[in-house]
Amino acid sequence: MDKYTQLVNTSLGKRVAKQVGLPKPVPLKRHVPGAPVVDGKVLVGGAPGGRLATPIAQVLAAAGADVATPLRPDLRAAAAEAGLDASPWTPKASVDHRYAALVFDATGIAGSVQLEELHAFFHPTIRQVKTCGRAIVLGTPPESATKPGERVAQRALEGFTRATGKEIGRGATVQLIYVEPGAEDEIAGTLRFFLSPRSAFVSGQVVRIVGRKEAAGLASDFDWEQPLAGKVALVTGASRGIGAAIASTLARDGAHVVGLDVPALEEDLNAVAAGIGGSALALDITDPDAPRAIAAHLKKEHRGVDVVVHNAGITRDRTLGRMDADRWNAVISVNLSSIERITDALIAGGSRAVLNERGRIVCVSSISGIAGNAGQTNYATSKAGVIGIVNAYAPEVAKRGATINAVAPGFIETQMTAKVPLPIREAGRRMSSLSQGGLPIDVAEAIAWFASPATGGVNGNVVRVCGQSLLGA
Amino acid sequence: MTLAAPRRAVVLGGNRIPFARSDSAYKKASNQDMLTAALDGLVDRFELAGERLGDIVAGAVLKHSRDFNLTRECVLGSRLAPETPAYDIQQACGTGLEAAILVANKIAFGQIEVGVAGGVDTTSDAPLALNEDLRAILLDANRERSTQGRLKQLLRVRPQHLAPAIPRNEEPRTGLSMGEHQARTAAEWGISREAQDELAMRSHLNLAAAYERGFQDDLVTPYLGLERDQNLRPDSSMEKLAKLRPVFGGADGTMTPGNSTPLSDGAAVALLASEEWAKARGITPLASFIDAETAAVDYVDGREGLLMAPAYAVPRLLERNGLTLQDFDLYEIHEAFASQVLSTLAAWEDPVFCTQRLAREEPLGAIDRSKLNVNGSSLAAGHPFAATGGRIVTNLAKALHERGGGRGLISICAAGGQGVVAILEA
Repeated sequence: MDKYTQLVNTSLGKRVAKQVGLPKPVPLKRHVPGAPVVDGKVLVGGAPGGRLATPIAQVLAAAGADVATPLRPDLRAAAAEAGLDASPWTPKASVDHRYAALVFDATGIAGSVQLEELHAFFHPTIRQVKTCGRAIVLGTPPESATKPGERVAQRALEGFTRATGKEIGRGATVQLIYVEPGAEDEIAGTLRFFLSPRSAFVSGQVVRIVGRKEAAGLASDFDWEQPLAGKVALVTGASRGIGAAIASTLARDGAHVVGLDVPALEEDLNAVAAGIGGSALALDITDPDAPRAIAAHLKKEHRGVDVVVHNAGITRDRTLGRMDADRWNAVISVNLSSIERITDALIAGGSRAVLNERGRIVCVSSISGIAGNAGQTNYATSKAGVIGIVNAYAPEVAKRGATINAVAPGFIETQMTAKVPLPIREAGRRMSSLSQGGLPIDVAEAIAWFASPATGGVNGNVVRVCGQSLLGA
Repeated sequence: MTLAAPRRAVVLGGNRIPFARSDSAYKKASNQDMLTAALDGLVDRFELAGERLGDIVAGAVLKHSRDFNLTRECVLGSRLAPETPAYDIQQACGTGLEAAILVANKIAFGQIEVGVAGGVDTTSDAPLALNEDLRAILLDANRERSTQGRLKQLLRVRPQHLAPAIPRNEEPRTGLSMGEHQARTAAEWGISREAQDELAMRSHLNLAAAYERGFQDDLVTPYLGLERDQNLRPDSSMEKLAKLRPVFGGADGTMTPGNSTPLSDGAAVALLASEEWAKARGITPLASFIDAETAAVDYVDGREGLLMAPAYAVPRLLERNGLTLQDFDLYEIHEAFASQVLSTLAAWEDPVFCTQRLAREEPLGAIDRSKLNVNGSSLAAGHPFAATGGRIVTNLAKALHERGGGRGLISICAAGGQGVVAILEA
């Protein structure tokens, strides 16, 4: 917790902040192994005619959530069928209750007039959301809508969730999940992630879940505490900061992690690998032989890889007029070109590829790549290029049941950001809906979500881990 | 030695005094006065003067500590034989029906031939207790051996200690009044003001009609100038009910003095016997007491409503008797609050409640509302807590007999998250 957040959460600090109108960040609740997905009551509503009542109820029942639903026959029947002991709810009842999460199935909204369903559900409840609570809207991707009116209304949801994210306050987050028709059974991993404290620093995001011809279907005894049990994960840039957090988070989720970093950081890398029962691979990813060496190592030692996290990245900041070609090229090479080359090496060879069937590739982009940032033309170019990689490779890897997605971190509290001058650092922290910087674990949790076998329907997405930063929003 | 095979207990009739509004017609009447009056009316009606009956079981919710043997004292004050044994029970608003269950069970097992079940309550002649602090001081003084020591203790008394402890209508574990609890349940189940007012209006109109056609003539004995229930509004209408302000659930609550039972005073008793006893006396039984069930819910954490226990008791009773909720000709659901009745009915229609909380395959379903509380219930008559069970048992038995047979269901909710339900058949 940064000093301002500590100060503003003292009783005096709260009073002063209120008087002066300062940002009021609250300490975010984060995931603790063994803790329930959601701690408190989840209110589930929906527009009539929606198609997600049953899948939502099933996810919540499996998560052991305490649920309430309006007394609409379709919602009650869905809850009953899922074995969910849902309390009845009416707008009047909300006065006395506090909700850990509000979940709304908006797929039934087929025209702009019906958007009033959003108001009818959230108006009496939004102020009843607990600290660090959640509001989640599920819709139909506009491009999948069958009629123009539906497309308009579904596109409108984005404005609603983004604006609600800016209003909700007290550490609560708001998301929009677009679920393609046919992908109803693929929502579990994503809905759980956004309900849980794992998504503490993610807000105002839009995620698309697509249907797959051969949906893997989770085993009935799927272990949500160890989703990556038996999997092998490669994490580049794993020796420090966010990379080390990613490595330990994937290990926590059951994966054997192969940590990769440059030989100069081999000592740190070995320490990280030893701490999580993983292994280390010291090499420079910009080396022309690196892709082949990585692929060979993974094939030989692990018979392939299930999760690849392209986290390694560098900054060489200068304004463009003062930036020499070396600074430019170094950043592009590490942050962008090497990802392309390594990915190509891992997916080459069809069924004999190093990346296993239903593999997961996760890239680390940046808010800079979306919004741009003065002094970072090279970095922003590379990170926008990473989004291009996600777009370009998604259809290709989908053929093998694999996915490729990216996280785009905003202001994360690391050694790198600790060196940023205070005024800029403070601006970076406060200019967001959550009014604070994120932690490396927040980025790692989002990556672990993309990496999970339960997230097969999520492909080609870029999700910001930025506390809904104002930059590039 | 073998146990006697259970036999049938039958309801022969009953008697009650008209129910009065709190601090009104019966403000000077004690529980003992009222229960004795109800008993003596029953004695007259069934020619029981000087008879030794098997058991008299009754109780009161608000009871003076001196009334530790209330029912027995009433027997001694009545014209029943002084050799008639009696005991008190207390299960909040379930007292009267639970008393009937106890009497019926003893009859069924051949332990007694005839008994009386009932209850009484006064909210006017309420038991005020000593201030808790004063009580502690007085007890401390009592424990002292010397006069000096006693005086020293008594000097601790301060003026504020003169304020008495007044019995409170709130759940000790939640600090919420029963009305506030029910307001939450009503809000959860989306029970509208209009639906509650309509139920209240029907209760008044049905009870008024029952009086008009003489249905109550052999059920009620006038007392202290009252011939009919004081709370009854024969001219009740939706317009009048709509004018009342909410008393529970805040400013936009739905529960008003019109659709919630008022505090009231009164007593009621029912006469139960074996068929043999009735036959020997030449009394035609009104109905048989078939079976009963009591349930309780954990309302403390807010997971279930305080007054929702009957919603659990009834399905268990139905299951045991191989019946569905629709297999009844009459329903007597005690109207503690109109919203309590409606919440219970809503729960029985809800797939989640029925599958998850009752572990049933499907909902119990709706009931034919025209069979519900056909001669009015507590919203019109009033609800002297422990007296309600006796009133309902007698009313339903007579209504079943009047229609030439049939099956009736009784459901009564009670404080503490309890519910008592029973089946009668004629």
